Amino acid sequence: MKARDPIEDLTAVPDFGLGWLDASGDHTDMVLSTRVRLARNLQGHAFGPRARVNDREAVLEQVREAKGRVGPLGGSTVVNLSSLDTRSRRILHERRLISRELLGDQSGPARGTAVVLSGKQPLSVMVNEEDHLRLQSLVAGLRLQEAWSLVDRLDEELGQQVPYAFHHEFGFLTSCPTNVGTGVRASVLMHLPGLVLTKEIGKVLQGLTQVGLTFRGLYGEGSEVVGNFFQVSNQATLGKSEEDLVDHLDQMVRRVIQFETHARQVLLRDARAVTEDKISRAYGLLRYARTLSFEELMNLLSGVRLGTSLKLLPGLRVYTLNKLMIFTQPAHLEQAAGRDLPPQESDAHRAAYVRRVLATEGDVDPDNFRDDVAGDLQ
Amino acid sequence: MVCEICGQRDSVTKLTEVINNQVTVRNLCEQCAAEKGVENEEGPVNFPLSEFLAQMGEAPEPHTSSEATCGFCGLAFAAFRETGRLGCPHCYATFETHLRGLLRRIHGGTQHVGKVYLPLDPTAPERAKRLEGLRRRLRRAVDSEDFERAAEIRDLIRSLEPT
Repeated sequence: MKARDPIEDLTAVPDFGLGWLDASGDHTDMVLSTRVRLARNLQGHAFGPRARVNDREAVLEQVREAKGRVGPLGGSTVVNLSSLDTRSRRILHERRLISRELLGDQSGPARGTAVVLSGKQPLSVMVNEEDHLRLQSLVAGLRLQEAWSLVDRLDEELGQQVPYAFHHEFGFLTSCPTNVGTGVRASVLMHLPGLVLTKEIGKVLQGLTQVGLTFRGLYGEGSEVVGNFFQVSNQATLGKSEEDLVDHLDQMVRRVIQFETHARQVLLRDARAVTEDKISRAYGLLRYARTLSFEELMNLLSGVRLGTSLKLLPGLRVYTLNKLMIFTQPAHLEQAAGRDLPPQESDAHRAAYVRRVLATEGDVDPDNFRDDVAGDLQ
Repeated sequence: MVCEICGQRDSVTKLTEVINNQVTVRNLCEQCAAEKGVENEEGPVNFPLSEFLAQMGEAPEPHTSSEATCGFCGLAFAAFRETGRLGCPHCYATFETHLRGLLRRIHGGTQHVGKVYLPLDPTAPERAKRLEGLRRRLRRAVDSEDFERAAEIRDLIRSLEPT
């Protein structure tokens, strides 16, 4: 029986927010994606946690009414989250287009919660999260200036259509005082296996906090670090201009890239055989395993991504690795299977999907690989 | 188990090293580990804002009564200290004195220096502030040779300047 291709099956849900998978932009082997979000609230309504149903619905209505006059939201779709089925919501969450809060609990997200997905640009707006609006741009690789410009233009236009809450001293007002001022949170998703393996990561992360940056796991606030992926972002939002905050993050991320590059050189210099063995084993497990938990997959993908970056696995593209990371998440697998999957089945579906993708677009020629490694070892 | 370096103190942590392609794991005491540059693996502690706010109450800050309540959304100051979330834009005016101290601690200051929002029906001073902000951004765009952005900002400035 021919297995169904999960990507084709995803046509049932909006295929948004996956532009960054293409691995374009700078340093894509170490930086998966760049995101800039702006927190905004409208005048005359209580913020998210204290908003009543009529507040939330009025906010959503203002956005719905305004979006046709906002260029960057051209061809956009408003996805009403309270009436969207659970699996589709989970898919949006797995694509990092909606937060944990908008994913909702058993009873689903509150009435009036929505996400607006631009049809033309990598832009989206979460509506009625903790703040009324969370404007976000999400692009591949390290492209902070571009991500900032995109969301800035959206903000300029949207702000002329709906009345933002703004204070002459405190700037853009937000539900949580940690976001007030610019409302900017710029973040870069980095893959840092070299620093983790050489045990230098603690020092680097500590250094980042000392220069006003913070780090989180893959899914943002409150999520754990898996597969050596770290989301690095600015901490303070008030007292510096947006451009300064974005530039500062950009400079610091480039320094982390230098540290990571150095750590990888150390690994190859001092522990080449061990490193190559780890990478090859990771590839072998991904290529042939019959069950994979998501966590195991992420750890193996981390090894293989390192191998690709070090040019130890010829023929494997970063795009393929990005795709494997997104489409092997539980809701994506369920969407492909067309039904709910209990954990054990999910692990089997995950492994089957990975085997299939690697067979078609990630087949590393073993002889070629062996020659390469032997050559490097001499 | 005793520390494998000093051989005296109890070991509290493990150090993994790669020497000549061999992975070695050594048990070290706190002091020797620190000398080897081993960091505490837990990393920086992210403490919740609410605790931070609670601690703030102990500092000699301008006093905001816990009974103070926002006239627009009804949020009591005590509830803000518990959740760390403000209720509405008006809360910033209601709890202004207290917030200044808090914002200084979180962000290092209270004065916003980023984008200046132009309200839908702006007053003359609001218009002037916006122009000032746009001119600042224009200078920056020119300095960083982002001429496309500079042209866009110049258009925004022109639309605000009296003709």
